[in-house]
Amino acid sequence: MVRFIVRRLLLSIVTLFIILLVVFALTRVFPSDPAKQLAGPFASEERVAQLTESLGLDDPLPTQFFRLVRDVVTLDFGESFSQPGVRVIDLVRPALWNSAKLVFLALMITLPLSIVGGIVAARKKDTIIDRSIVSFGLASASIPDFVSGVLLQFIIGVQLGWLPSISNAPADAGFFGQLEYILLPALAILFVYFGYIARITRAGAVTALDSDYARTAYMKGMSTSEVVRKHVLKNALQPTVAVTGTQMGYLFGGLVGLERVFNYPGLGNLILRAALAPDFPLLQTSVVAVAVIFMIATLTSDLIIAWMNPRARLDVGEN
Amino acid sequence: MSLITNDSDRVQRGDPETAALAVQDLRLAYIVRGTPREVLRGVTFQVRPGEAFGLVGESGCGKSTSAYAAMRYLPSNGEITGGRVLANGLDITAMSSSDLRNFRATQASMVYQDPVQALNPTLKIGKQVAECFRILGSDKGGAEDQALEALKRVHIAAPGSVMDRYPHQLSGGMLQRVVIAMGLAGDPSLLILDEPTTGLDATVEAEVLDLVRELRHETNAAVLLIAHNLGVIRTMCDRVGVMYAGKMVEEASSDELFEEPRHPYTIGLMNAIPRLGLRKTDRALSTIPGNMPSIGTSLPTCVYVDRCPLATDICRSDAPPIVELGDGRWTRCHHSDQLSSIEEPSSDIPEHVVGPDNMIQLHSVSKTFRQKGVDIPALVSVDLGFAEGETLGLVGESGSGKSTLAKTLLGVHSADLGGEITLDGRVMKGKAIDRVDESIRAVQMVFQNPDSALNRAWTVRKILTRTVTSLTEIQGAAADRRVEELAEAMRLSSHHLDMRPRQLSGGLKQRVAIARAFAGDPRVVVCDEPTSALDVSVQAAILNLLATLQRDEKTSYLFITHDIGVVRYLADRIAVMYVGRILEKGFTDDIFEGPVHPYTEALLSAVPSIDGTSHDRIPLTGDIPSPSNPPSGCVFHTRCKYSMPGTCDVHEPPEVEVGPRHSIVCHLPIDEMPTPITVSISKKG
Amino acid sequence: MTDIDNSGAETEGASSGSMAPAQDRKTVKQEQRKELFATPSFIIGAVILSFWVLCSIVPGLFTKWGENEVIRLADGSTIPRTGPGANAWFGTDTIGNDVFARVIYGADNVLINAPISALIAVLAGAVLGLTMGYYRGLVDEILSRIIEAILSLPVILLALMVVVVFGNSRIVIVLTIAALFTPVVARTVRSAVTSEAQLDYVMSAKLRGESGWFIMMKEIFPNITNVLIVEFTVRVGYAIFTVATLSFLGLGAGDQSAADWGVDIANGYSLIQSGQWWISIFPALAIASLVISVNLIADSIEKVYNS
Repeated sequence: MVRFIVRRLLLSIVTLFIILLVVFALTRVFPSDPAKQLAGPFASEERVAQLTESLGLDDPLPTQFFRLVRDVVTLDFGESFSQPGVRVIDLVRPALWNSAKLVFLALMITLPLSIVGGIVAARKKDTIIDRSIVSFGLASASIPDFVSGVLLQFIIGVQLGWLPSISNAPADAGFFGQLEYILLPALAILFVYFGYIARITRAGAVTALDSDYARTAYMKGMSTSEVVRKHVLKNALQPTVAVTGTQMGYLFGGLVGLERVFNYPGLGNLILRAALAPDFPLLQTSVVAVAVIFMIATLTSDLIIAWMNPRARLDVGEN
Repeated sequence: MSLITNDSDRVQRGDPETAALAVQDLRLAYIVRGTPREVLRGVTFQVRPGEAFGLVGESGCGKSTSAYAAMRYLPSNGEITGGRVLANGLDITAMSSSDLRNFRATQASMVYQDPVQALNPTLKIGKQVAECFRILGSDKGGAEDQALEALKRVHIAAPGSVMDRYPHQLSGGMLQRVVIAMGLAGDPSLLILDEPTTGLDATVEAEVLDLVRELRHETNAAVLLIAHNLGVIRTMCDRVGVMYAGKMVEEASSDELFEEPRHPYTIGLMNAIPRLGLRKTDRALSTIPGNMPSIGTSLPTCVYVDRCPLATDICRSDAPPIVELGDGRWTRCHHSDQLSSIEEPSSDIPEHVVGPDNMIQLHSVSKTFRQKGVDIPALVSVDLGFAEGETLGLVGESGSGKSTLAKTLLGVHSADLGGEITLDGRVMKGKAIDRVDESIRAVQMVFQNPDSALNRAWTVRKILTRTVTSLTEIQGAAADRRVEELAEAMRLSSHHLDMRPRQLSGGLKQRVAIARAFAGDPRVVVCDEPTSALDVSVQAAILNLLATLQRDEKTSYLFITHDIGVVRYLADRIAVMYVGRILEKGFTDDIFEGPVHPYTEALLSAVPSIDGTSHDRIPLTGDIPSPSNPPSGCVFHTRCKYSMPGTCDVHEPPEVEVGPRHSIVCHLPIDEMPTPITVSISKKG
Repeated sequence: MTDIDNSGAETEGASSGSMAPAQDRKTVKQEQRKELFATPSFIIGAVILSFWVLCSIVPGLFTKWGENEVIRLADGSTIPRTGPGANAWFGTDTIGNDVFARVIYGADNVLINAPISALIAVLAGAVLGLTMGYYRGLVDEILSRIIEAILSLPVILLALMVVVVFGNSRIVIVLTIAALFTPVVARTVRSAVTSEAQLDYVMSAKLRGESGWFIMMKEIFPNITNVLIVEFTVRVGYAIFTVATLSFLGLGAGDQSAADWGVDIANGYSLIQSGQWWISIFPALAIASLVISVNLIADSIEKVYNS
């Protein structure tokens, strides 16, 4: 087990290195010059040259890259280009925290509903209930998050007025106060994911319900709900856990459109601003943050699956 | 002999209310896209308390469906459309759900075909067994104790550690014991076993069957046994019912059915199986033309009429009567008085002398695999030779190395350094891609599973044409002609050539596979369990075909099988493998006459015999050793009852010639070597 | 009286009794196609999709106003920021353009770019997946690591960074999305290929001495076409997602004043609160309907061809 985790961590480091390389390469091909942006439209050439040197942008590329790697490893992410004097980490941390809050709420709503939906659909396979759940999930899947966001904003936020339509909670809002403000975007995420997760859960549950071990359980004299509870769930939910893990990257860094609709200061929003500025340290750091979250999430989901499925423990190095 | 037409008028062997299981005119259908398709067309039989009743028939006849119906376990689209099922007087078909659950927990239990799949892979064994007792009302601690006792009852050694394991960590035989232990939890009066030993090795199968027999006598439970292996049925059951297309066509006591069948279908089946020591030179196997009708086809009045040799017009117009033959024995046929006119086919395979085995030879061939840093010797120093036009049967259980031997011969793997394979004296390169064309053509294969072996995206014609053009020089129109020749030799019509594999039945697919193997005029064809997945009657046709092809083309076969009857029928010589080594090889007749290697003796005695031998089985204790960790000295000594300490566990045994081209690898002196006990038809002069 | 033929084959029919003998390839494909066309979800999806395709080809058929044409009433006045009504079914935007016209004209951006990128991704992914799945070995290991690295970041993030760097021309967007989807497709194809490669017909081909190329393309590939078709339809959905999001963020292809659903939503979403909802909502509904139609078609294809 320990060997497995260590191996995964080493692989993750390799992956992070590759990502860092790609982001670095991209930023150095940026059309706009951050020094010029920073200096402003009226600055003199000397001023720009001065800034370029102080930002370290005139050093040879390999030097810049090594500096970047060193910074990341020592967790010193430097100062923002677009907001001089402000440490990058102080910009990334709140955005990360905001995204975490939204993701947490979204999962709290989405996972139970989708899983229950999937299991109900599997139990009532080929009935109206099944077809409705599947059709609804089908219809809403891959509707872009900002599209659902806009529609929800309109219907629930404006027309019905049940919830605030911009996610700008006042600074002193308590837990439930904040909740109110991010409920709409969380619902938008529900729409994006319900179909996907319900279908995967349904497929897993159908396989488990049709399995020989479910049949054995029935033959022992168990009722359907007992069979589902005691035998089906652990087997059926493994694909669901796997999928949820892999989607974490998107949930933390990919909700750019949704964050814009609700004016929510999440990580996606931050990355977009950093790319447009361009603010290299900020961009590099926040992209790495997304990658790290993805790796932690997939490692966690693999470990959960190993806990659920003893056969999978062979893959994680136990016997 | 009295004639009646209604099942319900038939003389019942006892009061249905007191039967352990009474199935009465049961009709069952699957609803497919709205239309019901009949699976059971009115099945009636009883299992009296304490009795063992077997249901036999080929795939699709409805025997498994009947068994599951007895526990009222239907697929989601299944519906009982008529009749009823009684068990100990309770009407299963009309019960409420909660009564049914109680029935399943306390009165009847089931043992399944595939024990690996029948257990939940995410739960420990202990928990799953204890669950049975919890359902009966025990608390957690009590259930665990009871589970431990249950495992001891089925002779599982170290039950405590087994309870702590997960299903994937145990062998098939062990898991089947666990399932049996679960089945006995509620002290059921009825035990249903659905193909309980299919897929288990012969020696493991024998142990499981012994266990069932012992428990049956201990508990006096009634047993309903479903199996397509007639040897298992014969050795386990008191009475047998033969099913065809959802109807029972004959019922008799076990001995009566196997010695003197009284329905054309049963007779056809009995003549299709190689039994009583039948050899290919004695006669061909009977085949039953046509296919079993599929589920839902509307059938004329006698379900068997389209394939029956005795069929006449009356069989199509009137339902066949039930002919009572006394003592609860009956058959369903218009022409039960003409059964003796059904002929056995004659033989067209002449006796032939097996020539010198130097056409293809394996010299000291070993094959070791490396897995995660561990060496696994799958083959150890194999010496084997093939003569022209002979069938060399290869028998052995799992891990014996028979598949590896076949693949090394074919060139899928290359032998370890030091071993070589020669064709006509010339050494062949290890891997097939390195071999010369002639060598590639010379060795071909027929696989076990035709669904996997034929490319589903290609038509039969394309499969055969490509084989011809890539293996031989023949191209274009000449290739097309050759494909048609092959099809004709395999009795495939030109319709079949234009079909895709999924449109063909199992038997037809295997014919295509055989045609493909013969496309390049091979010298040796490796047949890896080619008929294991086929029904008895289809198997007979394939075996006949292989025998006649060999006679005409002088091709040799390496015939791998676990079916002793089949290998005795078809093989000229036999080699017995165990943990990667050949322990014995010799002519078929010599091996069955003896003397034999102790393992051969145990193997032959383990196979449940269809011919009613009542010998004592040689028990083999312990599991088959893993190839990566073979025992010292003689690899069989850990399980051999003749093992001599100091010799067998220390020194590797020599290869001893006990007869003409019959060698045994053993320390025993020849006169102490065992003789197998088998039944043979008396040789007619 | 039936002649007992010892080989048994002559009278042995084809598999199940309900299938007519001698069905050749054409009929099976025809049967599947008929079944597909009869599925309700396919029909609904196809109708909606066809409507939008027509919009992108002949927008003039549906609306007389141009995408950047300010509506002028009979008396010459303009009616900006007006809600849905008789003059403009979907209302007008801040400048006075007809929202309905902009919705009709806005179809082509998404409708053209998304399928093309999906197609390229599927083709590239198929080649990659076949090679990785059949040959395995070191190349497979390395490529799998790279694929995993790419998949750890959401597509939209990488896409937006590339577009910021390389500009928002159509070709950049199409190729970027295609490149970002190729790894996922490759992974799916690889998995299907490794399963196929374990079947005995592949071994049988090797025993004939067939080359790796032949086995990959002629033996294995025909058996994975279903996987490719399903992947394509799924990728189109995600491609629409990505194209629309890029447009919304102002990084969409080409001219920012041309009608484009994502752009229009971006222009209008802040106005929703003040009551001018129609500028964003109608394009949003258009996107939703397109995605739904593609999903319906994808689902019915999967049901028919995977049974």
